[in-house]
Order: sequence, then C-alpha cells, then structure tokens
Amino acid sequence: MSMYFTKEHEWVKVEGNIGTVGISEHAAHELGDITFVELPKIGAAVKQFGVLGSIESVKAASDIFSPLSGKVIKVNEALDTAPEAVNESAEDAGWMAQVEIADESELKNLMTQEQYDDYLKTL
Amino acid sequence: MDEQLQATPICGRHRALNALMAPFGGWDMPIQYEGIIAEHSWCRSQAALFDICHMGEFIFQGDFETSGLEEVFTFSVKSIPVGRSRYGFLLNKQGGIIDDLIVFRLTEDKVMIVVNAATAPKDFAVIKERLRGGAFSDITAATGKLDLQGPLSRYVMVELIGEEVATIPYFKFITMNILGVEAIVSRTGYTGELGYEIFIPSEKVCELWDLLLTDERVKPAGLGARDVLRLEVGYSLYGSDIDEETTPLEAGLEGFVNFDKSFVGKEALLRLKEQGVTRQKVAFEVAGRRSPRHHYEICSGEEAVGSVTSGVFSPMLGKGIGIGFIKPELASIGTPLTIRHERVSMEATVCELPFFKGGSVRS
Repeated sequence: MSMYFTKEHEWVKVEGNIGTVGISEHAAHELGDITFVELPKIGAAVKQFGVLGSIESVKAASDIFSPLSGKVIKVNEALDTAPEAVNESAEDAGWMAQVEIADESELKNLMTQEQYDDYLKTL
Repeated sequence: MDEQLQATPICGRHRALNALMAPFGGWDMPIQYEGIIAEHSWCRSQAALFDICHMGEFIFQGDFETSGLEEVFTFSVKSIPVGRSRYGFLLNKQGGIIDDLIVFRLTEDKVMIVVNAATAPKDFAVIKERLRGGAFSDITAATGKLDLQGPLSRYVMVELIGEEVATIPYFKFITMNILGVEAIVSRTGYTGELGYEIFIPSEKVCELWDLLLTDERVKPAGLGARDVLRLEVGYSLYGSDIDEETTPLEAGLEGFVNFDKSFVGKEALLRLKEQGVTRQKVAFEVAGRRSPRHHYEICSGEEAVGSVTSGVFSPMLGKGIGIGFIKPELASIGTPLTIRHERVSMEATVCELPFFKGGSVRS
C-alpha cells in the first residue's frame, strides 16, 4: 500500500482501485482544534484537485481537495460527531472518504511521502 | 516579524512554552499553548492564566467635575464608590464607540481607566483633549496585568496571594501587597467565569506569572481561548462587534449609557433613539457544528440583511454561535436566518444572550 500527498496537504492511500483520502498530520496541526468536517455524498463524482469537502477548526475554514478523480464510495461518518479524530489521527482514523479511482495515471501528479516531507521543509 | 510589534514582559515565557504567537492590537501575543479547546475547557472547569499586559491603563487624578472627566464617558465617574469599577464607553460626537473600557475608582479623586490595546493611544489623546484640568497619565508600560479566570481561581488566589481575596464581590477590587509591591486585585474578567484581574508593576509581573503557575490547578491560556470564552457569554470584542461606526444603542449596550448626565455623543444617541436604529445586534445559534465567521453574510430567505461580526464553534453548546448586525425587524428571538459565505451556507436561529448560561462569574 502506498501513500501520496497533494500540495494542499491531502493524502491518499491506494489499495487496488480504492483510494482512501484524508488531510496530513501537518495540515491538522496547522488548523488546530478541528470542529467540523463536511464530507462528500456517497456516489458523488470528484475530479483530481476538485473540492471534495471542507474542514473547519476554531481558527479557520478550508476546502478539502480530492487527490484523485473518481467516485465516492464510502465516507467516515464518525467525523460528523467526533471531528477531533482528525487531530488525534490525521493519517489513519481521521480519514474522510474512499474513492473508486478513475485514472491511476493521475498518481504522477502527487508527491510520495519522501517528496512531501521535503516539500514541508520548504514551507 | 513586524518590527513595530510590542512585546509584554511575559513574552519569553510564552516562547519557552512553545506558544503560537500572533499580532494582536499592535502586540506580539500568545494565541494558544496546548490548544484552544483544551485551554477553553480548563478555564470553564479549573483556573486559566492569561497575559493581558497589552491592555492600556491610564491614571486620572483631580476634580472629576471641574476637569470635565465626568462628561468623558457614558457613565458617571463620581458616582462609582471607591473600591468599585464600572464598564462603559468613550464615544465620538456621532455616538460611535471609540472604545469600551472599565474605570476603577481608586480614591476620592483618583481613577484608573483600563482600555483596549489597539485603541489605547487614540483613547489617551481623546480623553486628554476633553480634560480641562487634573493630572492624566498613561501607565501602560509600567503596569503588568494578569487575568486568572475559572471556578477554582478563588482557591488559588487565597492560597498563593492572600486570604483577603476571598471576599471581593463582583466588580469590586482591593489594593494589596503582592510579592512586596502594591497591586490591585479586581473581581472582573472576560470569560463568564469567577475570576480576577491583577494589576502589578511590570517588573514583578513575570514573578507573579511563575508563582500562579506553580499551582497545578492553573494552566496558561491564550487569546484564542479567550475569544471563545467571551463570545459564549456574549461579551463584545472591540474592533469586531463594536467600533466608531457603531453606537451602544445598535449594539444592545444601552444599559451602560446613563442618559441622566451629560456626555460626549449624548445628543446623537438621543436623536437616534427618537428616529429608531436601522440595524441592531443579534445573537444566533447555528444548526450544526459549522462556525459562522467575521464578515459572513446574514440572509433572511434569499435577501442579505446584515453580516456576522463574531462567530465561533462553541464547545459548551456543541454548535456554531455568532453575533452580527441586521435589520431590527428581524432581530426577535426565534427568527430563522441563513449565514452564507462562498459555497458555505448554514441555517441559524436568533437566540438570547448569553449563549452559555452556566458560568461561575457571580459565584
């Protein structure tokens, strides 16, 4: 299983043709206490780098962009009542949605873990 | 880093605690230490310590009437008993709020005026210009201010500062010796909890900060938590909810205006009272966890009827809360509103203040 990142700090874990999406630990830390996550609708078609949902913290509100194009097949409903899971476990239990990947070649537009770590150093 | 920013004496401690710092009112201030919600909840349940050294303090000494001080604010200074404080406004001639402030009656002929940081230089100039006598000075730099707020703050103060703190009633203060210097301990605050504002010479404020933090019931809290705490109890934030374009009548703060005396801005307010206000402060709760934010649009159906001046997710209520200004005819409790910003839309209902009613402020 491999993990890829966007410049907007989303991640996607790819298993077969399913991508699990969330925001990075760095992004969760920057946002501070997360109070609300707007999840996409199951069945919704999303485009790479298109709006997938949004996230709000005490400090700020921001959109979440989909790392890959595809169809939303599952969302993490636990975040409706416990969005703080994103602070506690941004890159695991704080996942937001699963997408059926439409075009695996889009992965070339994403960063690997190593590239993302280097990218964070430049910010 | 903006070179113009001022630092409080506690600044080094904030950095050592790894606080997130940001500019506020011209000062480099701590926004959060461990996290806004954790600090908020500590203040509602234990005792939170805030560095408030950025706020301005002025001293006036002289005859309140002949100097003209009695007419500077929307409330009477001479009728404040010695040892008590009063909240109110400094207005411009149009009735707009130059600042909201508290006056402490120190002695028969001496008061301390506590003002917001960003407005302090302007306030000082305006008050000075309105005075015809007396001695008026800015003691901000020489004065440290710490707020200890929370239901356990009285126990902490009694154990670490002195037994005399135990009996200070709400909006009263005492002068007492702390760490070998004269300090003022006031039963006031900005959180809706039982708490104290302590004014101490700035060279002793770090020592007091350290002393209060020796108690395990005390944790530092930043301006982020302070903003959530104050909004949950409906206190106005100068620069967001009130400003020079806003009068106390529009802001629902007429209770802090004494029309039985003369003050700058009175004629404008009386005219506005007669004509009726065209916009009015309103409090609303959101259905759900989204936060309304400053400048979001307030709509009634499809029509834009005003804008949000403060909004936040309330940890106590588990939903978004906000205040804003709208047409008076839409301000009655229970009126449905929609809060909009770009693709965000949230349903809200006009409610009464405070949002959070369980605070320990008067206990």
